[in-house]
Amino acid sequence: MNTQARTYEVGTHPDMLPPPSTVGIQGWIRTNLLSSPTNILLTMVAIYLIYALFPPVLNFFIFDAIWNGNDSSVCRTKEGGPVAAACWPFVKVWMKQLMYGRYPDAELWRINLSYLLFAGSVVAVTIPGVPGKKWTAIFLLFVFPVLCYFLFSGGSFGLSYVETSEWGGLFLTLVIAFTGIIASLPIGIVLALGRRSNMPVIRAMCVAFIELWRGVPLITVLFMSSVMFPLFMPEGVNFDKLIRALVGVTLFSAAYMAEVVRGGLQAIPKGQYEGAMALGLNFPKMMYFIVMPQALKMVIPGIVNTFIGLFKDTTLVSVIGLFDFLGMVQSASTNPEWLGFVNTGYAFAALVYWVFCFSMSQFSQHIERKLHTGH
Amino acid sequence: MAAENITIAESEPPKIALWNDPQARALFFQIIVLGGLIFCGGFIVNNTMENLARQGIASGFGFLKTTAGFAIGYSPFLEYSEENTYFRALVVGLLNTILVAGIGVFFATVIGFIVGVARLSNNWLIAKIALVYIEILRNIPLLLQIFVWYFGVLRSLPGPSQSASVADSIFINNRGMFAPKPVFEDGFSVIVIAFLVAVFAIIFLKKWAKNRQDETGRIFPVFWASFGMLIAFPLLAATVTKFPMIWEPTALKGFNFHGGMEIPPELVALTLALSTYTAAFIAEIVRAGITSVNKGQTEASYALGLRPGPTLRLVIIPQALRVIIPPLTSQYLNLTKNSSLAAAIAYPDIVLVFGGTVLMQTGQAIEIISIIMGFYLLVSLLISMFMNWYNSKMALVER
Repeated sequence: MNTQARTYEVGTHPDMLPPPSTVGIQGWIRTNLLSSPTNILLTMVAIYLIYALFPPVLNFFIFDAIWNGNDSSVCRTKEGGPVAAACWPFVKVWMKQLMYGRYPDAELWRINLSYLLFAGSVVAVTIPGVPGKKWTAIFLLFVFPVLCYFLFSGGSFGLSYVETSEWGGLFLTLVIAFTGIIASLPIGIVLALGRRSNMPVIRAMCVAFIELWRGVPLITVLFMSSVMFPLFMPEGVNFDKLIRALVGVTLFSAAYMAEVVRGGLQAIPKGQYEGAMALGLNFPKMMYFIVMPQALKMVIPGIVNTFIGLFKDTTLVSVIGLFDFLGMVQSASTNPEWLGFVNTGYAFAALVYWVFCFSMSQFSQHIERKLHTGH
Repeated sequence: MAAENITIAESEPPKIALWNDPQARALFFQIIVLGGLIFCGGFIVNNTMENLARQGIASGFGFLKTTAGFAIGYSPFLEYSEENTYFRALVVGLLNTILVAGIGVFFATVIGFIVGVARLSNNWLIAKIALVYIEILRNIPLLLQIFVWYFGVLRSLPGPSQSASVADSIFINNRGMFAPKPVFEDGFSVIVIAFLVAVFAIIFLKKWAKNRQDETGRIFPVFWASFGMLIAFPLLAATVTKFPMIWEPTALKGFNFHGGMEIPPELVALTLALSTYTAAFIAEIVRAGITSVNKGQTEASYALGLRPGPTLRLVIIPQALRVIIPPLTSQYLNLTKNSSLAAAIAYPDIVLVFGGTVLMQTGQAIEIISIIMGFYLLVSLLISMFMNWYNSKMALVER
């Protein structure tokens, strides 16, 4: 080994590689997992956590789970008790009820058609380069809900009438969530404008409305809509249970929407308002052409987040006796033949809710990054 | 030209038509809206009066004084039986709500801070586990999580005779959690007084230490002194009074546990679900708060000669808290509101007791829903008052 230090002429020293312990997989492990005694301890704790949690979860969902079969007998042990893992035949057998409730078989095409229409329009709106975005959006926001109403309840255009008590499952969850969000948007915009208005009476009313709804839990709003609304109406006027729940959900989410929109309005610089006024625009024109397009674009992530919250909150309607997705899971697991498989139902429900909410939150973050054009 | 301008300037301002005058318009709109509101309100009140009269439902809060006649499964703070009034049932429900919210807030804060800090850990595995925790928990509806804890976990535990135990004193089975209960004997008040004395002494010590530091610049270790006093004073009192407290054990007699403290599975499931769910949101708030403090702050404080401990305590945490506290209080408010989901698993909180049983018995929907909503509104009002106070106290003092 050459112990003598070599000397180089200035500028002739060869490039040297970094020490092997700081690059590649080895370097990564050293810096991220084993950089200090505390870090090593944390890594051990983490490995233990993974060891303790992941195998049981995987076993429950996949390896120990029963995949084939069409009745509950395949999922029972010799003693008759349920197996200690997921029993996917439970989901298979109840799939129709979990998805559509008790909606008549012959009429399911109406729901599927609406899903197709919705998916098609959303794709057309979100994918860049597809023409007619404006008209698709208008269709989605204004025409589609009306169309869905006639499709789902029937009773006209030769479609047979389907009572709302037969609606259920994931279908009902989606109906409530989407009605809530689409109906609450205009109300929320009006409330937000009212809250920023200079007229004291209107401002006070809007503040009172928003703070009232935001201060109480949704469950009390649903109770109120199911027991108090009938008292408010004149004799003989009787609203459907679903409509009452929808009114409650809409008013509730409108208050949250108003706060989201107000955030957007506050973020618009004053110069935009002054510029619009200097151009001689009146209030509706100023809002429509100048303020709202900027404000609403800014609050799209907030609207999506409100929607995620609303989507999760729709589970509460099972408390007032509507059979949404979770309500259907509950009721299926109380069926005498399928007693003891409630965990499978929850696992499936959790999976579905998670996929919906997670993809929406990723979408909202994507939009946020896209809109974040500043520095 | 100039002469004309002057005459215009001196003349009266041009008359505006009434419908173009902004003030007149505003007045007009407000009168219209107010009129519409009064009309709708009148319509609703009128209908309600008619409906109530037709259905023979009494109105007013007189029913609160009548006998309730139903039992409540869990009432840890107040004696309650079927002969008590509706008012007492209301108080029991309120206390149960406050109990579950209080425990939930405590655990949610602890778990949330741990997960939030773990999310920022240098250790890749720990950071990823925290991320997975957050993304799973906050994207699944709370009601489903409550159901999983209650029906999926606690209700499927073995029965009392095969219950799991911790050190043979705390037992967990499908009827709930059973633990020894502290029973206070005579002389326990001395310990409480000693504790209070310690608290007052700490307040004075802190003032004195601050004055001394202002005058001489010498720092007194307030934290450790306070900590020591808080332990030593009650301990001293306890030794003098010969420990006037015993644990009442719980034991299996017949088919269930008796004696000691019983925590029903509903309460356990509810607090578990509420605190783990809210913790996921708190973790994100904590992370945002810590990352919001500029690295320059740490560097500047090192440059001033502060050691890492004081840097964290005097520079980073106060600034992070300014970002963390407002959304944190709104999460506490959310947790309190979400505790109303208790009704779904029959934990007797205010919504279940009042919105369920009492409403069914009396039919006085308006009074009952107003009481429940009033309670939650009061809580949110108190929390937002605290927030305003805190914000004004903590707001950056700018030039």
